[in-house]
Amino acid sequence: MMSALLKHRERFLALVILALILVVGAITPSFLSPNSLVSAFNDTSILMILAMGQMLVILTRCIDLSVAANLALTGMVVGMINAAYPGVPVPLLILFAMAMGACLGAINGFFVWVVGVPAIVVTLGTMSIYRGTIFLLSDGAWVNAHQMSAGFISLPRTVVLGMPVMSWIGIIVVAAFYFATRHLRLGRDFFTSGGNPTAAFYTGVSVGKVQFKAFVVSGMLAGLCGYLWVSRYAVAYVDVANGFELQVIAACVIGGISIMGGVGTVLGCALGALFLGVINNALPVLGVSPFWQMAISGAVIIIAVIANSTAERSKGRIILRRAVSKRATPSQHQEA
Amino acid sequence: MANTMTQTAVPNRLSNHWLHHLLRWETFLLLVTVLVFLFNSLATPYFLDPWNLSDATFNFTEKAIIALPMAMLIICREIDLSVASIIALSSVSMGLAAEAGMGPGGLVFVAVSVGIVCGLFNGLVVTHFGIPSIVVTIGTMSLYRGIAYVILGDGAFTNYPSGFEFFGQGYVYWVFSFEFTLFMGMALIFYGLLHHTNFGRRTYAIGNNPTAALYSGIKVNKHKLILFVMVGAISGLASVLLTSRLGSTRPSIAFGWELSVITMVVLGGVSILGGSGSMVGVVIAVFLMGLVTFGLGLLNVPGIVMTIIIGAMLISVISIPLVAGRLRAAREQRK
Repeated sequence: MMSALLKHRERFLALVILALILVVGAITPSFLSPNSLVSAFNDTSILMILAMGQMLVILTRCIDLSVAANLALTGMVVGMINAAYPGVPVPLLILFAMAMGACLGAINGFFVWVVGVPAIVVTLGTMSIYRGTIFLLSDGAWVNAHQMSAGFISLPRTVVLGMPVMSWIGIIVVAAFYFATRHLRLGRDFFTSGGNPTAAFYTGVSVGKVQFKAFVVSGMLAGLCGYLWVSRYAVAYVDVANGFELQVIAACVIGGISIMGGVGTVLGCALGALFLGVINNALPVLGVSPFWQMAISGAVIIIAVIANSTAERSKGRIILRRAVSKRATPSQHQEA
Repeated sequence: MANTMTQTAVPNRLSNHWLHHLLRWETFLLLVTVLVFLFNSLATPYFLDPWNLSDATFNFTEKAIIALPMAMLIICREIDLSVASIIALSSVSMGLAAEAGMGPGGLVFVAVSVGIVCGLFNGLVVTHFGIPSIVVTIGTMSLYRGIAYVILGDGAFTNYPSGFEFFGQGYVYWVFSFEFTLFMGMALIFYGLLHHTNFGRRTYAIGNNPTAALYSGIKVNKHKLILFVMVGAISGLASVLLTSRLGSTRPSIAFGWELSVITMVVLGGVSILGGSGSMVGVVIAVFLMGLVTFGLGLLNVPGIVMTIIIGAMLISVISIPLVAGRLRAAREQRK
């Protein structure tokens, strides 16, 4: 029943995105040109990749507010390394960025798993710490395009089979997540731990460890995006991607990832990111002031969560569940 | 929402239990605050000047008055991430009203009304649809600030009527600013409300066990709605203070403040999972954060570095008791 609803929801979201593209295309036909569509998708890849990591974290009933700061810090470090030692090969830099991001994510995971601090508190703290560290490292200076090597900047832009490498990376990450969450034990563990931690414990899954892994993966992807962001915009400074974590969480929520944990699909999450991406790209094309963007994405989040809650409500809950608000019930097996 | 399974048993004699528990937390906080105070006075000769200290209060009072109702909301297992955006929207509304020629009193009315409407909307969506407040308020956070951007774009309102500047810049008596006096008064009111009224008791009851609270006849949703409206109204009030202090409105006003407010509350010993915490703790935490930022400012530490220290403070202050408890439990097990 639940899976049918979710499938329905993904189809619905896909239809909405399609309709949105067609409507914008009807008003401004140039939006429908392959080039423009590819660039809209390309713009969304970073959001999509980060949303994948955030999805795992939310599935395990945690939240990662530090992704954007992690991205900015890794991006700055990678940018500084490239500026100082242009000889270091770019693939090595990317591996370094992912490793560094994973370490920053592991710090979050450590506090959640070993110390037992609520995830929202930990990541609120590390968000400020990582962001502040960028200033300490860079002294507030920018790393500009002319300081970066040509290979560093060109890699995400290189066109392969009609699409830039950055888009392909996005697609590969989504495909890998699609496979992992359906067929790998680790992937299933994320759902188990979030869906019913008590049952997960009794079946031999260490919930804390799975949460730790979710943070490491989220951090690793943030590190990858750190490189992609700095290379794509060819600049690194303290305020890179400031506040982007909320867009990432919004993408997950629109995609139907339940903030109560345990429920969600990779496809939904990717579509959620795509939806925000299409809106962000359509507004300037339609000549709407970019100032509308924030209000619209806010309204979309509210509508999406209300739609979520009414969809979930229709599947016959226990009387008590309906009487008390969902958040209010002690968070045991929510939508298992 | 967070990671832990809440398995805290509700003890029979509730008040004794956490009065005992919280007193320790508050003493610890107070100790840290006194240490920071002493350190500051030794580190720089300018610190102990009364006017200097008075100036220091301006940096945190606007956030601090929001921390008071926010503490109650978090104790009640809800959260409001949209407070900074409510400040922005209220401020823009005040700007519009000022353009229309409204006086200072009217502006306060406008700001607080906008705050109430925003809080009401948050509360209604949360209680009526049963959606976790963290998601709802992430949405309204974009929505409210987004509306502020739509109205104002990259412009600014600067034409505020004379007399309006009193709220953010005026002094009531000697070095005591209007802002600070208001904060102290409100801290007293909220202390009474949380610890000495039925309303406060119900807040704890809901936070500890919403189901039990419902069965004992508490109108859980109505209670939460009132708290959301309260947070909204006071965010509107904070907007009056901030706008009056700055003398101008931009849509980016108070950006990121929600995190400072929540840090104050959590630092004050309020459990982010709900059900425990005290007003005294929150007020001490407010002063602690104010002193740290002010002292570091006098030492010429840049603002962004302070965020590192505040972030580290948040995590370590929460971790230390957890680790200590874990070690104690391990030692007892070995016996």
